[in-house]
Amino acid sequence: MTVGLVHYLLLSGVLFSIGLYGVLAKRNVVVILMCVEIMLNATNVALVALSRYVVPALLTGQIFAVFVILVAAAEVAVGIAIVFAIYRKRQSVNINDFDLMKW
Amino acid sequence: MSSYVPWLIFLIPLGSFIVISLLLRPFFKQHPRVSGYVTICSIGISCLLSFWVLKEVIATPEHRIAIPDVQWLLIGNLNVHIGLIVDSLSAVMVVVVSLVSLLIQVYSQGYMHGDPGYHRYFAFMSLFTACMLGLVLADNLVFLFLFWEGVGLGSYLLIGFWFHRPSAANAAKKAFIVTRFGDFGFLAAILFLFYHTGTFDIEELHAIAIAGSLAGTVLTWAALGIFMGAVGKSAQFPLHVWLPDAMEGPTPVSALIHAATMVAAGVFLVARLFPLFEHSHVALTTVAVIGGFTAIFAASMGLVMTDIKRVLAYSTISQLGYMMLGLGTGGIALGIFHLFNHAFFKALLFLGAGSVNHATGTFDMREMGGLRRVMPWTYITFVVASLSLAGIWPLSGFWSKDEILASALEGNTVLFYLALVTVFMTAFYMFRAVFLTFHGEYRGGSSAGDGGHGGKPHESPAVMVVPMVILGILSVVSGWLNVTGAFDGFLGHATASGGHGFVQGLFGVLSHPLALVSLMVAGLGILLAYAMYDRRWISAETVGRMFRPVYTMLYRKYWFDELYERVIVVRFLVDGVFAVFARFDAQFIDGAVNGVASGVSSAGAAVRRAHTGQLQVYGITMAAGIIAIAVCFYLFS
Repeated sequence: MTVGLVHYLLLSGVLFSIGLYGVLAKRNVVVILMCVEIMLNATNVALVALSRYVVPALLTGQIFAVFVILVAAAEVAVGIAIVFAIYRKRQSVNINDFDLMKW
Repeated sequence: MSSYVPWLIFLIPLGSFIVISLLLRPFFKQHPRVSGYVTICSIGISCLLSFWVLKEVIATPEHRIAIPDVQWLLIGNLNVHIGLIVDSLSAVMVVVVSLVSLLIQVYSQGYMHGDPGYHRYFAFMSLFTACMLGLVLADNLVFLFLFWEGVGLGSYLLIGFWFHRPSAANAAKKAFIVTRFGDFGFLAAILFLFYHTGTFDIEELHAIAIAGSLAGTVLTWAALGIFMGAVGKSAQFPLHVWLPDAMEGPTPVSALIHAATMVAAGVFLVARLFPLFEHSHVALTTVAVIGGFTAIFAASMGLVMTDIKRVLAYSTISQLGYMMLGLGTGGIALGIFHLFNHAFFKALLFLGAGSVNHATGTFDMREMGGLRRVMPWTYITFVVASLSLAGIWPLSGFWSKDEILASALEGNTVLFYLALVTVFMTAFYMFRAVFLTFHGEYRGGSSAGDGGHGGKPHESPAVMVVPMVILGILSVVSGWLNVTGAFDGFLGHATASGGHGFVQGLFGVLSHPLALVSLMVAGLGILLAYAMYDRRWISAETVGRMFRPVYTMLYRKYWFDELYERVIVVRFLVDGVFAVFARFDAQFIDGAVNGVASGVSSAGAAVRRAHTGQLQVYGITMAAGIIAIAVCFYLFS
């Protein structure tokens, strides 16, 4: 069995779904942030694979993936900082407690 | 060069209006006389240009000068040009309007002297004259309607000139609103004609009517709509009620509005679109019947009025009825010839009334009397104008009235007898006014009137007397223009009486039985007035008591004001139509507006529940939405 584009995309889809499930279902904010990272990496896999198989002469997908990693790093820095701030305020990382934005 | 001159005729007074209202009134408040001079100069120039145009029109064999059009509006395929018609009809009209207006402006210098609204007065006078001159020159119905409304606006401003008096403000509103009923018909007729012919151009409409491609009911309805406009402006029955009240304006305004300009606009309109009427028997008969009826109807009310200006007002309505009768039975030339003569002697009568008011401070004839000794010039000119109005040979009124009577006799016997009775009434009420005002003993006057000085009556200053004398001369001679049939011929009428010389025509008319009858009837009217109000052989009070119900009916103007105010306005409009509208407004319009607002806010209250603040709920909704969009895209693309 040779590994082709379809396999990479399937892997990407599975990772994305796991991440999405985690974001929507988990209570712990730190876990949610980690799941967001999984989703971003799923995207990176898809980008690199598509770039490799569809336009092999160019490196657009790869470069784009580098940018995504960069943004993910920044997002984690900000996200963790927010989580720390909330934790100090409320002594909790349970997302169900964070409902100040309702009506 | 000549093609621009007719434009100037109405643009110069319009410029005078702009200069006075934007420059003189704000910056030269201390020099009110300047605006009077500006007005006189501009209307004077218009008058000279009008005479020049008349001369040119007479000189051209087909009696018209072609003026190039200017494009005004281009909406889709509709291309409205504006231009001027300069033919015999409009040339005569511009001369009458500008000449009478000029004399009235000169007179106003004296009459309005010292009035705080001096600038405003002359600004409005310029505007009004400009609109009237534009009206008679306009060559398409949209352009004409613009000036038609401009004249309405001018009359509103001038009648309500002393707006601090409630009666004047009400009279101005009444004039404006009542004429709007007529304007409504006119506008509908313009659009109706456009719908059927695709043109607003008057000459094209003439051609269409003459060719007969627009006939039957369409033409009749269009003509009746136009006539409705004329009924409003020319104060014909049943829209006559505004004119007597319009006497609240300054007297020179009454002279201008009721002699040469605004009320003449209706008659002019019918004359201008005469081919449309000519090809519809119903419309032409309506014009004649309304005219003939209005003539006697208004004259009967004039018999009992005690206010000199109201007598003249009813006389104006009555004479306008004559003009309509002339148009309806005889054609353009008859109506316009009477308009032409009427403009001079009626302007003179109003100026005379103003002069009397200037001396005595009142318009009530019961407080006047004996003025002929102190005001000889006013007396002489007033008598000349009254004789002319009564139709006494050889003054101008005789010639036009005689023609109208003759054509009414040919057309419709009933209308002829109505007109003949009107001749009697006219002679009677005019000389009733003359005897009450100028004969007998002075009965005191009043110091409370407008422009009056109170105290001892005196002759008016020369600036007022000179225009009156000029008008007096005109009201003697203006009728002679048609002694040889020249005027009729100029307006495109083939006359049967043509071909004889001036002197022969002047005296020969006395051998016609009809002329003798009408003279005799008028003479009887004067004699009766003499017997009742000068010699007092017959006591006016006794006669009044004998015919008490008739007298009351006439004095209360057949209760038309009450009918309109109590029945139509209060019962029909306020209690009926407006109440329905009020309910519709409160329940439907307000209900819709409030319903939308409360619907939105209750929808908001319901949707608000969805905002739980739970981030993951939002996330699930978002994911579900994206999946839904993807599925839809997959299924339907």
